[in-house]
Order: sequence, then C-alpha cells, then structure tokens
Amino acid sequence: MRNTVLAGLGLLLAGLMVAFSIQSRAQGGEVSLLNVSYDPTRELYQDFNQAFAKYWKAKTGQTVTIEQSHGGSSKQARAVIDGLQADIVTLALAYDIDAISQNAGLLPADWQKRLPQNSTPYTSTIVFLVRKGNPKHIKDWDDLVKPGISVITPNPKTSGGARWNYLAAWAYALKQPGGNEQAAQDFVKRLYKNVPVLDSGARGSTTTFVQREIGDVLIAWENEAFLSIKELGPDKVEIVVPSQSILAEPPVAIVDKVVDKKGTRAVAQAYLEYLYTPEGQEIAAKNYYRPRLESVAKKYASTFPDIKLVTIDEVFGGWQKAQKTHFADGGVFDQIYQPNQ
Amino acid sequence: MTFIFKKRSNLPGFGLALGYTVLYLSLIVLIPLAATFLKASSLSWDQFWHIASSPRAVASYRLTFGASLVGALINLVFGVLVAWVLVRYTFPGKRLFDSLVDLPFALPTAVAGIALTTIYAPNGWLGRPLAALGIKSAYSPLGVAIALTFIGLPFVVRSVQPVLEDMDKELEEAAASLGASRWQTFSRVVMPTILPAALAGFAMAFARAVGEYGSVVFISGNMPMKTEITPLLIITKLDQYDYAGATAIAVVMLVFSLILLLPINLLQKWSSSREEKIPALAAEEIQ
Repeated sequence: MRNTVLAGLGLLLAGLMVAFSIQSRAQGGEVSLLNVSYDPTRELYQDFNQAFAKYWKAKTGQTVTIEQSHGGSSKQARAVIDGLQADIVTLALAYDIDAISQNAGLLPADWQKRLPQNSTPYTSTIVFLVRKGNPKHIKDWDDLVKPGISVITPNPKTSGGARWNYLAAWAYALKQPGGNEQAAQDFVKRLYKNVPVLDSGARGSTTTFVQREIGDVLIAWENEAFLSIKELGPDKVEIVVPSQSILAEPPVAIVDKVVDKKGTRAVAQAYLEYLYTPEGQEIAAKNYYRPRLESVAKKYASTFPDIKLVTIDEVFGGWQKAQKTHFADGGVFDQIYQPNQ
Repeated sequence: MTFIFKKRSNLPGFGLALGYTVLYLSLIVLIPLAATFLKASSLSWDQFWHIASSPRAVASYRLTFGASLVGALINLVFGVLVAWVLVRYTFPGKRLFDSLVDLPFALPTAVAGIALTTIYAPNGWLGRPLAALGIKSAYSPLGVAIALTFIGLPFVVRSVQPVLEDMDKELEEAAASLGASRWQTFSRVVMPTILPAALAGFAMAFARAVGEYGSVVFISGNMPMKTEITPLLIITKLDQYDYAGATAIAVVMLVFSLILLLPINLLQKWSSSREEKIPALAAEEIQ
C-alpha cells in the first residue's frame, strides 16, 4: 500500500516536472517556431526571421528561433495535415490553408478573416520573363497563344503558382471585348497547347526556362522573375509586364491546434503581425513582394510597375469555386488534355 | 498442414525463424499495402473504375510499364556484357569501373534526374547532337526510358557477376575440347548457367523502374497523355488532397506489378531447375 502511494506520488512529481519544463520552455528564455512555407519565399523569410528575432528579444527578452520549411505549396499543406507541427503556415494560396482546416481541423474555417487584408501581408502578381531583347516581341497575353511561341509554366495540378498563372490568363481572355467563359476556355486551351514542358513546381519551370533555355516566355511570379534577373544578370532575360494580371495573395495563418499545444500562440501571433509593420513590409518589398502598406509601397513604386490587377474573388468567386471549376479532376484544365477534343 | 510444417522443420529454429519472417514482412510490406487497398475500397466500384481507366491514367500505365520494360531489357543485355567484362578480363581501372556500377544505387534519384536532364536537354552535351539528328531525348518518352535504364543498371550486373565468378572455367574448356564452337559454348553452357541470375536482375530492374519517380519527373517533361508517368499521376492526385483517387491508381500499379513479376519469377525458377542438369545435357547435345 505504501509503495503504491509512493509510486503515485513519484508519478505525480514526474508529471509536474514535465509540465513545468514545457511551461518554462514556452515562457522562459527560449521559444522556437516552425514556419511552413512555399518555394519562392526562402529569401524573404531568411531576412524576416532575423529581424523578428531581434524585435522579439528587445520586446520580451525571449530568444526565438524560427525554423523554416519550404516546398511546393500543396505538398507543404499535406505535410501539416499529416502531422508536421507547424506553428505558422505561409502558403501560396488560400485554398491550401483551407485544406488544412477542412482535412485536419487544425484551424477554424474562417481563418482568413483573422488578420487584415485577407490575411495577406504582401502580394505579388504574374508577369512574363522573356529572353534578352524580347526576340519574339511578346507584349501581352494574346502573344502567348500565337502559333510557334513556346510557353513555360508549371502544372496547375501540382503548383500553386501555376494556378495563379492559369487564372490570370483566363481573366485576361474574359475581359477582352466579346469575352465570355467559352472564349476564355479556348484561350487557355490554346495557351497550354504551346507549353512543351509542365514542371511540377514554379522553381522547376524557372530552371527549365533559364538553365535549359527551353521556351520563349516564362509565366512567373513577379518576385521569382525579379530574383531570376538578380541571379542571372540583366543581360540574359527581361521582364515583360502584361496589360492586365491577377492580384496574387499568398496568405499567412496561425495553426491553432499546434500553437495551443506548444504554448506558442503569443509569439506566433506577434510574428504574423510583425509582417504588417513598416519593418516587415520593407523586408517584403526588398524581396520583391508587393507591400500592402501605402507608405512602403510608395517608396518602392519604381520597382513595381502599375498593372491593372483583378482579384480571384471578383472574377472567380473565391478559391473554393475556382479550384472546383478549373483544377479538380475532370475540371476545365483536365479537359485541355483529354484526347479528341 | 501440420504435417508439412513437421516435415520441413528438420533444421532447428524453424518456428521462430518463420514467425519472425512473417512478422517482419507483415510490418514492412503487407500492412502498408493492405492500408492502400483499404483506402481504395472507400471508393465505389464505379468510381474506382472511372479513375483507374481514365484515358490519362491508361496513357501513364502504358508509358510507365513500357519504358520500364525497355529499360530492363537494355539492362538485361548490357548488364550481362558488363558483368562478363568485369569478371573475365583484367584491365587498368577495373576496380574503378566495378564501383561505378553501384553509383546509380547511391545517387539520390533527383540528382540523377537533374544530371541526365542537363546532358540530354536540347542545349546539353548529348541533347544537342541528338536534336540535330531530329531525335528528341529529354522531355519525350525516350528520356523516360533513358532515366529508367540508368537507375536499373546495377541490378543485372550485380546478380550475374557472382554466378560468373563461381562458374568453372573447366566447363567451357570441356565444351571446347568436345568440339563445341564458341557460339555453342556460350549459348549451351554459359547462358543457361547465368540465365536465372540475369532474369532475377531483370525482374528487379523492372520493378525498380516501375516505381521510380525522382529521376523521371525532371527528364520527362510531365505532359499529360504523352510523358506523364503513373507515380506522378499519384502525386498529382495527392496534391489535390484526393487520397482515395491516388490509392486507386496505386492499386492498379500494384496489381499490374504482381501480374508481371509472378511469371518472371516462375521463369527464373524454371531455368534454375534446368540449370542443375546442364553439364550433362550440354555434353550430350554437343556430342
């Protein structure tokens, strides 16, 4: 009997110690966050994490280490669904965070309303990258469907960026005089007939275009296009801005179930809010993402040309609907590749 | 049943060894595969059939199994040749060549894919002359076959090599002294000896190629209906959170692989049982 009591007490003590150590790790000197992100944000979050760690240390005295994970957006979402302990997700499109909410219930369905501006602290858009001197005279979307033009874009079924590309092309065709759904469908069909290689991700397409020298034009995230020029030098490729494009909103969110378990909600929340501050916005702009904050946007106005931008909500009725119509199995995109059509 | 067990257990430790084998195979192979079938069974038969027989899926089966077969056949012929050279001749750098054979095993498949693509792309070392001849290597079914040949290379070599090393030279000498021509010696004496091992290597190379993903996605171009392999189709479905659809295709692959591997294994059994009678048979036939 005494032994049982002793053993019980010992167990209780051990439990308390474990609880205490978890508590102290969360509130004491050190805390760690895992930010699960998509491919082209590597450079952005490298800079941002440093700045945030400094800010958090000055504010609370706590040392925060932020681990980063990068990959294709939907692959990353799937990793979180399958149990990757992400405190924060910063993905290429809202649909992927919706999927985490729907498939694993790790965050509420209305997550996108919790932070300002659709939970998107920075935006981007879709532009063209062409060979130096633009030998094929590519100016706008309708040049991409001309016969003999070879277009590089990744597979929208596997790449978030590619979905933005596809939707931007669709929206352009829709807004042309006499444009309607059927015309838009024909337009994207003709466009994809000009695509010789469908890579599975945005970085893969950039490699195909730049390293393998395949294709006349790469449809790319604006920030990827800027990065390519920065790495290759402006004597190899140049950016062409189409007359109209889409406002690409890569959203951010806290994964509720994970931060509550790890006790990291406060720091995770501060991390995301810091993205909206002038300092965070400045870092985003330096890494070629379009800042939301008016003052920072003005400062970088020369970098980001004015383009007429449509949003996914106004043209496609949101991601859920766009995904279902265009990219689900048997959707419009699949029909492009069905034989005998 | 117990009768068979008792009859075979004249070696000690049979029960224990068999128990561990069954447990091990269940944990490593059977349970994950069963989970695949279970997940696929959440679909109705109509849904399953619709997914599994869609034109895109069928085109991908054709490419995956066709290119794997081509790759394994090339490896069957040239793997035997490489093993022969490595066993029968001495030449400078032999050790180096010998270890080169294992490289496709050791290399991460993505690295292999990127390296092959760089070489066979239209602006690459081999891709440029091929393109000048009008042959599209990377981003075509040919590119897929190239990648699958590359990753399957070690299997035939490594399974044939020890058999050749163990083979008595006297057998060939005897055949020659009994008046066999060189071709007869090869086809009647050497070939039957190494055939089971070569077939085993072929089966492994083929199985490996069917499941290959990492290296192929770089070189294939991934065009639906043309150069899209089945594993990519599975990944595509997973990326859309369509777990059931992905397992449906996976089940088709599993069944196909089983159907193809079973006869190969039977063939291998048959030829190795024949092998035991070979010296006698061969001598008889030559005389």
